[in-house]
Amino acid sequence: MARPSRTLTRRYEDELRLFRTRWSQAGLVALVALWALTPYVLADDFWLSVLDYAGIAAIGAIGLNLLTGYAGQVSLGHAAFLGVGAYSAGYLGSELELPFLLWLPAAALIGGLLGAVLGPFALRLRGNYLAIVTLGLVFLAEHVFRNLRDVTGGNSGRSVQAPPEVGPVDFSDLSFGGESFSNNQGWFWLVWGLVAVVALLAKNISRTRPGRALQAVRDRDVAAEVIGVQLGRTKVWAFAISSAFAALAGGLYGSYQQFVSPDEFSLFLSIQYIAIIIVGGVGTIFGAVLGALFLGGLPGIIERYSDSIPGVATSAGGDGFISVFSLNQAIFGALIVGFLVLEPRGLAALWLRAKAWFKAWPFGY
Amino acid sequence: MSEFLQLVFAGLALGARYALVALGFVIIYKATGVINFAQGGLVALGAYLAYAYNSVTLFALAVVLAALTAGLVGAAVERVVLRRMVGQPVFAVLMVTIGLLFVLEQVITAVWGYDALNLADPWGVDTVKAGEVVLAERDLWTLGIAGAVLAAFFVFFRFSTLGVAMRATAFDQEAALAQGISARRVFAASWAISAGLAALAGVTLAAGPAALTPSISAIALVAFPAMIVGGLDSPGGAVVGGLLIGVTQSLTSGYQEDVLPWAGQNLAAVMPYVVMVLILLVRPYGLFGTREVRRV
Repeated sequence: MARPSRTLTRRYEDELRLFRTRWSQAGLVALVALWALTPYVLADDFWLSVLDYAGIAAIGAIGLNLLTGYAGQVSLGHAAFLGVGAYSAGYLGSELELPFLLWLPAAALIGGLLGAVLGPFALRLRGNYLAIVTLGLVFLAEHVFRNLRDVTGGNSGRSVQAPPEVGPVDFSDLSFGGESFSNNQGWFWLVWGLVAVVALLAKNISRTRPGRALQAVRDRDVAAEVIGVQLGRTKVWAFAISSAFAALAGGLYGSYQQFVSPDEFSLFLSIQYIAIIIVGGVGTIFGAVLGALFLGGLPGIIERYSDSIPGVATSAGGDGFISVFSLNQAIFGALIVGFLVLEPRGLAALWLRAKAWFKAWPFGY
Repeated sequence: MSEFLQLVFAGLALGARYALVALGFVIIYKATGVINFAQGGLVALGAYLAYAYNSVTLFALAVVLAALTAGLVGAAVERVVLRRMVGQPVFAVLMVTIGLLFVLEQVITAVWGYDALNLADPWGVDTVKAGEVVLAERDLWTLGIAGAVLAAFFVFFRFSTLGVAMRATAFDQEAALAQGISARRVFAASWAISAGLAALAGVTLAAGPAALTPSISAIALVAFPAMIVGGLDSPGGAVVGGLLIGVTQSLTSGYQEDVLPWAGQNLAAVMPYVVMVLILLVRPYGLFGTREVRRV
């Protein structure tokens, strides 16, 4: 009897498995090894901090992707929930001095509840109207951040003294086996570990009943309602879960930076998150992570090598016609336009296409 | 009372600028179904072009040239980028215009820099007294120009061949195509007109004592609520919404200290969004917007 193809599906359980083939299982092991070893190999503080920020962004982007990519609800308001998470972390962690294992889930919970409260507003609105209203949410949140001084510290921001300590282990000051690690190295393990947890959670949400309801709403909400999806509940749920992930990311962001100010949670941040899921691939969890790595890494690369890019002014009043900041912004805009026009399914699609090509290899035609 | 009238007048002048931008949004939305986030970039581009032309020619001529050039840029953007996006989801098209905004803003700063520039000050700081109320000539000119342009647009929209073609395409694209109307021409014209209106709004914002900086493009963010309040697809609604938002902002900054001292500093900046949310709660498609019919 001939050996079956390695992706032959025989039982329904096979189809639902997350890591179906030997190759993807090996890939998982490789990823874990990469996660564990990167801080050893890459001791450079600059690149580690880039990766830490990218990991935090990946968590927030996975949340936005559940809402926008899976449920099809366009939201420009993600920055507001990131801000809520960051300030919650600041207040709960440094003012009330709660431990890490309490303030982080609490920040996510606050974000989620707020999303659930604001979700019903979204029920009546669709498409473009929804996009503009969530845009308003960013400005209203910024107003609150600036004026609720007891919690947020007002315009000048507040410090966040909420170290990521789990029992005796402090990720910002790790040491084991007689070796001590820097702040950025510890954060790398923490953040990317959390990325894996969040990604697995989101993946499982997306393939089970509530997740399929989200996708039905996205594809055709009237039809979804007809086949028994409760439209209202599903949309509110999508907002809540997406906001909770955003607040989680915001809390980590605040704790990592040890400082937050209202200027950071502007419309631009929302747009950055949308760009992450567009460039990575709308509607794929994996794409959100890829996009965060790509858009997180690119400014770092430009900043590091700005000396050797022609026409860039590295200092104010230096030679060149465009500043590093301007170049970043322009590239960022061009990437959004370029991906949407040329490859709307993002980086994830490039990967899937390569995989599909190798599936039939060497018998591609 | 005179203080109230004064504030209302200032609000109307501000609102007229919003109305110009909001009408630009509505024209593009009506014809092509796209919310154009790059509008703010076109506002800034128009103002900077007026600055550039003004250094070689008369102010009035520079304004007209700036509006025309901005219109050409708008049509080019439609031709090169937006036409490829036909049939893509709403969200994708919206994000493309955001991407365009980023590129446009950085091109402007690469050419003109971040420094505040002085666009001509043709109106000065003279004022006219009407009874108790002091009216700034600058505001009167703004209202006059905006009023004339808006009136001209509505006449054009109602009676000219292109205007009728635009209305027909907005109403039913396929039927319009079957009647021999070129949808491409209509799309290009919509973008051109919208960009021209944005340029005029930019000039009325930047001329006079206010300096010209790249941040001028932020006005588009306040014109969004104006458009939504009026209804996405109602040109008349855009004007009403613009004036409403302008007056609300002006009255808020005038009376907030007495009425709502607890609501925080700079409440006027977020009032447009508060008004927008409140109105949408009652009327989800704005004051004059078309209700979307859902049929199974």
